[in-house]
Amino acid sequence: MTLTQSLAERVLASRALAALTSPHGVDRYLEQINPMWAATEVRARIVDIVRETDGENPVATITLQPTSTWRGHRAGQYVQVGVEINGNRRTTRCFSISSAESDPGEQFSVTVRAHEEAKPGQQRVSRFLVREARPGQILHLSQAEGQFTLTESPATPTNNELLMISGGSGITPVMAQVRTLLRDGYDGRANRKRVHFLHYARSTEDQIFAEELQRIAWQDNGIDVHLRYGEHFSAESLARLVPDFRRTDTWACGPAPMMELVTAAYGDSPRLRTEFFKLSTGTPVDGDSAEGDVSFSRAGKTATNSGASLLEQAEALGLTPEYGCRMGICFSCVSRKEEGTVRNVLTGEESSLPGEDIRICVSTPVGSCSVDL
Amino acid sequence: MTTIALPKLKKTERTEKVQKNDNKLTPEQIEAFGEEIDAIRQRLIGQLGEEDANYIRGIVKKQRQFEVAGRALMYLPPAWPLAVASLSISKILDNMEIGHNVMHGQYDWMGDPGLNSRMYDWDNVCPRDQWKYSHNYIHHTFTNILGKDRDIGYGILRMDEDQKWHPYYLGNPVYATLLMLFFEWGVAMHDLEVENIVKGTRRLEDNKPLYPGLLRKVRNQALKDYLLFPALTGPLFPLTLAGNLTANLIRNVWAFNIIFCGHFPAGVATFSEEECEDETKGHWYYRQLLGSANITGGKLFHVMTGNLSHQIEHHLFPDLPARRYPEISGEIQEICQRYGLDYNTGGLSKQLFSVARKICRFALPGGGTTAPEHGTTTEPLAA
Repeated sequence: MTLTQSLAERVLASRALAALTSPHGVDRYLEQINPMWAATEVRARIVDIVRETDGENPVATITLQPTSTWRGHRAGQYVQVGVEINGNRRTTRCFSISSAESDPGEQFSVTVRAHEEAKPGQQRVSRFLVREARPGQILHLSQAEGQFTLTESPATPTNNELLMISGGSGITPVMAQVRTLLRDGYDGRANRKRVHFLHYARSTEDQIFAEELQRIAWQDNGIDVHLRYGEHFSAESLARLVPDFRRTDTWACGPAPMMELVTAAYGDSPRLRTEFFKLSTGTPVDGDSAEGDVSFSRAGKTATNSGASLLEQAEALGLTPEYGCRMGICFSCVSRKEEGTVRNVLTGEESSLPGEDIRICVSTPVGSCSVDL
Repeated sequence: MTTIALPKLKKTERTEKVQKNDNKLTPEQIEAFGEEIDAIRQRLIGQLGEEDANYIRGIVKKQRQFEVAGRALMYLPPAWPLAVASLSISKILDNMEIGHNVMHGQYDWMGDPGLNSRMYDWDNVCPRDQWKYSHNYIHHTFTNILGKDRDIGYGILRMDEDQKWHPYYLGNPVYATLLMLFFEWGVAMHDLEVENIVKGTRRLEDNKPLYPGLLRKVRNQALKDYLLFPALTGPLFPLTLAGNLTANLIRNVWAFNIIFCGHFPAGVATFSEEECEDETKGHWYYRQLLGSANITGGKLFHVMTGNLSHQIEHHLFPDLPARRYPEISGEIQEICQRYGLDYNTGGLSKQLFSVARKICRFALPGGGTTAPEHGTTTEPLAA
């Protein structure tokens, strides 16, 4: 980083500039000039989009040039990506970073599988990124987040073997880990340690990073690549590969059914680190039925969905959420719905997006629903 | 009609005139009227999208440009009037078309943290959370219900015949002038409910939690407009300071005048608590319509008022993007005509004159005669 760059960054983050731009903040002015200028927010420009697999749910790797505010990432972490779809509505989803660890301001990439439409006429972030995004477009990011990180590096060697288990697009965070190890000169043979890389894919056509994995397998650098097609995970087959797997440091990431099997196989072993891929769990119940459970996560309370507004159901459980008009106009009661489907009683519109801000006074749950209250 | 539990009004000891309005419509008609208004609402919600997003972002861009231009022109003493004009426009846009409307949640659907009602803050000494409580909740829910809507006279003016007269109100025109000049400060003090403290219905301690937020906003504006930016212009400090003060003053006067035209011109109805007990959504719409007044004008004028020149449409749909109000105004008027309801509108000078007249008239006891029986005429009584 050049001297002028770091000076500029210090000026941008200064209290004096914050006072001059109060109450909006420096970023609200910078974005008017260049979306890639920022003092605190993180944005990125799409540099490149490469198709990894085709078919019904294609996968693409999207390389991003972040703003200088990007603090870098550790292998295995994810980033929240916000795009404007469905009539300029910013929608944010989490994606694991697939490239090797990045330094502040450095390029990195996410690898995304395009999921189908959420509901008729509704666009999904993953689908947009894979099928419609173009180089040059600006995305809104968070800093890298998550604890599914590698403890291993050439600088901090341990005597352990490493095991990575992934399924489908769950390969992305563990790929970042393997790439980081290799980039940093990891040599399992010299250390007498091995990395076992076990991946489950639906078919060879569905295999992400196929060529690179083949190269790694041939390179004889202590990383064993095991690819399984159309198989299900089983503790027995894992034991044939790594007999002592319960005492091997393991990173596992994949769809929920596979992760259930993996977690069961490891029992209470502390060696297993997991990352779940949560798909939208909105499963609307037919008609007007109001079955399901409503849970308020911060209060830790759950009750059977009575069909009343979320505000009333919260109050029935003894919670005292903030509210005002109770008719959907004042926005005092806006809360975050974590998952589930809600119906806006004013518009009749249903929405199933996870992590959505809703007015609880005019929202009734359709089936099960969880709210951050 | 949807079924939602409207806020219940608590009975108070008011025993004066209970029925302020002779209901022209039967309850069934009021519900039918409400359903027609609701249908417009549904249609608008379905249309929200790119146009609205581009519009508000365009306004934000303009506001930033005017602001930067205003600050920069302060370095050129001959351009001082231009600098003040530019900064005034920026502050008016910031407070009205952007701040007021964004904080209503009109653009929450965009999911943009920079335009979200929970995160947006305006260039004004009134803290956003206190504003949202007294404005979005109290004023917009209990609009023009005497004893509930503290925006009727803002606790310092007598603006309705049913507000009991007191010699204090002889100063009505003076208080109104002061409120106009110091409007942002008046708005900031509004939540302290000084009138209720004087009456003894609110304790001074109740205000304690409000002070830190208020002081922070006052400090931030004073630091920015009255110290840092003047200091940055070096020897021009006094000139820049005067310029910034003037811009804040111009914004105050403009905002006051527009807002007073929203609810106080002759012909606007007020309601008693009893009339609004167990209110339906239809009656709520009915009350919003009769309790608000519009100002006619050109496109630029509407933008500079934050589209509050369409106060009626704003009160019907406070959470929908204000840029939509002009386009539905004709439709609302047509509905009003069919139901024989007033649609109170007029030019700026007509509405302002009507408001000024009311301020002066209610300084004196009585005044019932100045308010025409609603539903009969929208003409001011100015002869």
